[in-house]
Amino acid sequence: MTASGTHVPASTQKPVGAQAQAEDRRSLGRTDTVSENRLAASLRDAAVAAFLAGVLGFFFIGLRTDLAPGGLDIRMRWAAWITAIIVVFVGRLALNVFVFKAAHPVGEDIGAKVAGMGRAVPGLGKWLTRALFLFALVLPFFFTTFFPGRDRQFIDLAILIMTYIMLGWGLNIVVGLAGLLDLGYVAFYAVGAYSFALLAQHFEIGFWAALPLAGLLAAFWGMILGFPVLRLRGDYLAIVTLAFGEIIRVVLLNWYSFTGGPNGISGIPKPTFFGLEMSRGDDGFAAFFGIEYDPIQRFMYLYYIIFALALLTNLVTLRLRKLPIGRAWEALREDEIACRSLGINTRNTKLTAFAIGAMFGGFAGSFFATRQGFISPESFSFIESAMILAIVVLGGLGSQLGIVIASIVMIGGIEMLRNLGFLTEIFGPGFDPVQYRMLIFGLAMVLIMVWKPRGLVTTREPTAALREKKRIGADMVAQGEGH
Amino acid sequence: MASLIEMNASASAVHRRWEEDPILSVQHLTMRFGGLVAINDLSFDVGRGDITALIGPNGAGKTTVFNCVTGFYKPTEGRIVMRHGPGRQDELVRQITASGLRWKKEDGQGIFLLERMPDHEISARAKVARTFQNIRLFGGMTVLENLLVAQHNRLVVASGYSFGGILGLPTYRRAEKTAIEKAVYWLERTHLIDRADDPAADLPYGAQRRLEIARAMCTDPELLCLDEPAAGLNPRESAELNELLKFIRDNGTSVLLIEHDMGVVMEISDHIVVLDYGVKIADGDAMAVKTDPRVIAAYLGVEEEEEIDVPEVLEDVVEQVGELPGSPNTEPEPPARQPAATKRSRSRAGKGGKA
Amino acid sequence: MEYFFQQLINGLTLGSIYGLIAIGYTMVYGIIGMINFAHGDIFMIGAFISLAMFLVLTTVLGFAFLPVVLLLVLIVAMLFTSAWGWAVERVAYRPLRGSFRLAPLITAIGMSIVLQNFVQITQGARVKPLPPQIPGGITLFQGSTEAGTIVVQLSYMQIIIIVTTVVLMAAFTLIINRTSLGRAQRACEQDRKMAALLGVDVDRTISLTFVMGAALAAVAGFMFLLLYGVIDFYIGFLAGVKAFTAAVLGGIGSLPGAMLGGLLIGLIEVFWSGYFSVEYKDVAAFSILAIVLIFLPSGLLGRPEVEKV
Repeated sequence: MTASGTHVPASTQKPVGAQAQAEDRRSLGRTDTVSENRLAASLRDAAVAAFLAGVLGFFFIGLRTDLAPGGLDIRMRWAAWITAIIVVFVGRLALNVFVFKAAHPVGEDIGAKVAGMGRAVPGLGKWLTRALFLFALVLPFFFTTFFPGRDRQFIDLAILIMTYIMLGWGLNIVVGLAGLLDLGYVAFYAVGAYSFALLAQHFEIGFWAALPLAGLLAAFWGMILGFPVLRLRGDYLAIVTLAFGEIIRVVLLNWYSFTGGPNGISGIPKPTFFGLEMSRGDDGFAAFFGIEYDPIQRFMYLYYIIFALALLTNLVTLRLRKLPIGRAWEALREDEIACRSLGINTRNTKLTAFAIGAMFGGFAGSFFATRQGFISPESFSFIESAMILAIVVLGGLGSQLGIVIASIVMIGGIEMLRNLGFLTEIFGPGFDPVQYRMLIFGLAMVLIMVWKPRGLVTTREPTAALREKKRIGADMVAQGEGH
Repeated sequence: MASLIEMNASASAVHRRWEEDPILSVQHLTMRFGGLVAINDLSFDVGRGDITALIGPNGAGKTTVFNCVTGFYKPTEGRIVMRHGPGRQDELVRQITASGLRWKKEDGQGIFLLERMPDHEISARAKVARTFQNIRLFGGMTVLENLLVAQHNRLVVASGYSFGGILGLPTYRRAEKTAIEKAVYWLERTHLIDRADDPAADLPYGAQRRLEIARAMCTDPELLCLDEPAAGLNPRESAELNELLKFIRDNGTSVLLIEHDMGVVMEISDHIVVLDYGVKIADGDAMAVKTDPRVIAAYLGVEEEEEIDVPEVLEDVVEQVGELPGSPNTEPEPPARQPAATKRSRSRAGKGGKA
Repeated sequence: MEYFFQQLINGLTLGSIYGLIAIGYTMVYGIIGMINFAHGDIFMIGAFISLAMFLVLTTVLGFAFLPVVLLLVLIVAMLFTSAWGWAVERVAYRPLRGSFRLAPLITAIGMSIVLQNFVQITQGARVKPLPPQIPGGITLFQGSTEAGTIVVQLSYMQIIIIVTTVVLMAAFTLIINRTSLGRAQRACEQDRKMAALLGVDVDRTISLTFVMGAALAAVAGFMFLLLYGVIDFYIGFLAGVKAFTAAVLGGIGSLPGAMLGGLLIGLIEVFWSGYFSVEYKDVAAFSILAIVLIFLPSGLLGRPEVEKV
């Protein structure tokens, strides 16, 4: 991560992301006819990067402070420091030689091919959507059939990814469609989770009865929080929503008598299937249908619940987009002042987006509570908001398919790191890939964004057409800069 | 001097619809930004069924007037009355002003006190639509979508505030069909029908200007406010714009426009109001305004005390520009050659030569 | 009354730290209009470098004369933290210059995650305690209440923090107002394209803004370490959010505003903890932010924005 060169041409205004830089590089490459120059430049650049890595890493990799009897102790880790410098040098050199300063950068063709594929195969997105949908439909059976030993783990991961897809779709209404930057979305997730947990604890209300209530409560909170702040401009809105998210978390943490404080709430009931529990007993689901009981059934059921909830979110969003309210959201994102000149009540329009987004967050929250059986404020920290927002932006604002892909890549990717046990054989038994998972997540966020600033899926489909629907390129779609 | 003003008065007495049947009355409007007085005690009327032009040098406060009328700024002082239904309705205006209501509408008549209403209500209820000096389209949405957004309020009701729409009730589908028909109507009028499915940001500049007008018309306005609609248009587009504005006027929507292009202003305006430094300096039909010495002075950048020298200045101008064909006044008296003077003034004003 | 004065002093000390971090936010926001979300973590990096440098000087090299040690630590921390600030800008923000508003925000959040986890992995997740290095202070006055005597003390540490902050503020105001760098910065704030056309090296100016912000954050981290004596990899998040709150409260883009906002947030937090409840001190700070923004959207010293139509 310290590998940053100084020789990449730094044109001031127009480059947007890596693509623009790649063009600059190519044009430079042509003027550089002698390849030796290129190698020398690469070496120099790599040396600079290595020097920088040395400087940045000195106090962190080269030194380590530790608790010791009688105060802090400091020790040198020269080997690790020098290794880091060498790794950066070699890595940067390789990148320079094969990608940045190469005459024909590796990956250029691949990138062009991938980019061209969307255009070459009309309806690629549509087919991908259908394929993903079909796979999601049969997913539990796929895993029980083909990975019987690890089906539980995979289905659990699928549930997790699906939860983030749903949260992403919910936040997409607020950020992607209405262009309101919300950094406190997790607050509504928490409201949903705590609503269900408390309702279940105090009134013994089951999951299905609590679900709409939790959604409504979250929407209600969305309105209450949104009402005073929605006239703020983009970044102010972002920081105030972040503040609200933190306030809700702090209150949950400190209001012992009501929320249980840091101990959280446990014993949250599992969802039933029309009154049937997913248990081994005689009145359980398996017994009722006369099939053999298997603990996996509970996971499969949970999976289908979140799948249905996510689908509901998606269908409602797609419908809303084609309704006047959805068009008003997108218009608001494009130009708020023009909206007001056309008689659109922008405050109510924003509030609706906020409330509907919050409602889906609340649904997802109660699902989270029932899946875990236990919730505590720890699960609703800012990092969750950041992850959901990252999924929405990386997927491509406003794109439903993009969010699916981003969730699979980001959430699935970091969870996969848990399974890289074989790496301990290379790096020794002390190596624990899990602790690198957030580091890699953060790096991936930065790299994907630099590579594709507009996200993975970048076209917008019009909501109405006279003759034919032409998809609209991302460069024209606003991201709510206007307010 | 005095004789000139008298002459103006007699010339404009012929046609004064804005006094008998004003759709909009701006009364004693004052707008201050901190210590800066952008508009000072401005009053004028906009006639129903007229095309009214608001002109004046750069920085005269024209756009500020627009922003006050359309609710984007709250005026510091003054009253802005929008009327639905014929006549001045003075009694009703007094009643509503005293009552503290924002607006009142009954059997075809309506009075709206725009300074009390928020911007979106001015468009939705008082039926005042506007365009912007810097075009404000929804660039990432198609031309058709832009026109559908403009019909938001009607469509929202038809969609049962989205509840019916989500369930896919046929009422909404019918309403959307009607909305598309209306959009198509205006797309044909503005020659944009072939671009209906293209993103608005893709259109050339002139087409974007027309689209903004079409979008404003889709809100079914009684009064259409246009902020420099001809800016940046070529002569052909400008001529088309004139035709479009006349068409809009003849179909029952009054037009109020800010414009620098005197060709457009003089050709289509029924009534011209001239502002300078936030104060009205002339008000009348094209003929009267053209010959008003204060207008000439404002446009040529002459100090008050130098007004005596106007004839000399104008003679210089006339020498350089030459006699314009179709000059309305054949008398050799200098103020009559005002068209030449106003045309030239644009370049002067551009150099910041105002006073 | 005595209690009040003690809280006032404590609040001003904490506020100075927030103010120094807030300047970094406000300068970056002023010049490129983005929330540099990783700035709080730059502060954390500064605190860690200070700690490591302090230990190197005292335990490894055996320096004993405290003023020299502290000065060296401060200088080294500022230099190395600046390098981090520069690198973050170079890697995560510069490629996205002129891109869409959300893209740099996401890379900023990503960078924040990266920095936190990098420090956690390399330095461990446990807190690092450092015993107080500058004991003692000036007793301003003593008073007795029913509960016993109360001493209002201005510790030397607090004096150092407040004096350093005032000196740095003065120096920065001079830089912004008098030097060509400051002029270039203000030009970029107004119009980056035009500044570039007039020969201002925009990239360099922005880099230097990040470097200056990081240097100030390093000072804040150093003082935080000395004042509280406990740091961990997570201190940057909350301090960052509060410092940003301070910047917004004071009016984003305004240097005196950032300082004023920092002091106010510090005071609010300390007084709330002192008189109401420690648990809800963050809630108090954030609520004040929300209230100020709703009634005074451009902050206390910010220029009011007239909506351009």
